[in-house]
Amino acid sequence: MIAHAVFFYIFSFIAIVSAIMVTAARNTVHSVFFLILDFISISCLFIMIGAEFLGMIMLIVYVGAVAVLFLFVVMMLNVAQQKNQWFGSIKSSSHIPIGLLISLIIFVELLIVVGGWKYKPDLLNSSNIIISQTTSNTHSLGNVLYTDYIHLFQISGMILLVAMIGAIVLTFRERAGLKRQSYIKQISRERKDGVQVVDVPNNKGVKIDV
Amino acid sequence: MFEVGLGHYLTLGAIIFTIGLVGIFLNRKNVIVLLMSIELILLAVNINLVSFSIFIDDLSGQIFTLFILTVAAAEAAIGLAIIVVYFRNAGTIRVEEIEKLKG
Repeated sequence: MIAHAVFFYIFSFIAIVSAIMVTAARNTVHSVFFLILDFISISCLFIMIGAEFLGMIMLIVYVGAVAVLFLFVVMMLNVAQQKNQWFGSIKSSSHIPIGLLISLIIFVELLIVVGGWKYKPDLLNSSNIIISQTTSNTHSLGNVLYTDYIHLFQISGMILLVAMIGAIVLTFRERAGLKRQSYIKQISRERKDGVQVVDVPNNKGVKIDV
Repeated sequence: MFEVGLGHYLTLGAIIFTIGLVGIFLNRKNVIVLLMSIELILLAVNINLVSFSIFIDDLSGQIFTLFILTVAAAEAAIGLAIIVVYFRNAGTIRVEEIEKLKG
């Protein structure tokens, strides 16, 4: 139990520090790196608490796809080296105190809710999908996901499809001087377009204009 | 202290949520950091759902975490595509210089 607590504190400390560094780092590439560190430590927490499948999926989806996508866009747009001022300009720094104040109020409210809440005893007993102790986490998730939640599962697949099409349509650009293969031109080309038969006189040669 | 319960995980979620919120409120840099703050907020929501699911012994929380992961990935892809298009048109993605919607 003590090992569990020690690992919990280590992982959550790393997660909190790297979350702060995501918002406070001057270089955007460093922010992406700290975001990756944050996701990895949170997925370690998930694996430790007993949700192994979600921890692994967090690693694959967030670190493998989303964070790499962020890194790719940051490096492609070349904003990493631009001058980043943190609390910099005079003009827009007037809403920093009120922003901090409101964030602090929201945090205190969340802590009040977490600390002062008493759960109904029925809530802890009346679960509808009980986590089984005999089958593994992935097995039981698959049992539920493909039967009870099959429609939501398919709708989430549709969401991913729409996102993919939307990203392609948004970033697609027709460029001017681009040479493309045109099947109809290739097929409709005839012999007289390409070949010319010339009578060559003796001892004179032929003038070829290319 | 050494008994890690539901409250510890919920407090961790609250702290990460607040950090993401501060990142959105006080961001003076580019929009990509803002999108990363949104990812932090979604991560805090996922922590809450998973810890409730484990401590209440109900699997539905983990199912919904899966769906939130899906939507977060789609949102990141679309948001980054919009940022790329905006950068191509305006040449900057600094938050202070994005003022086309002011009218």
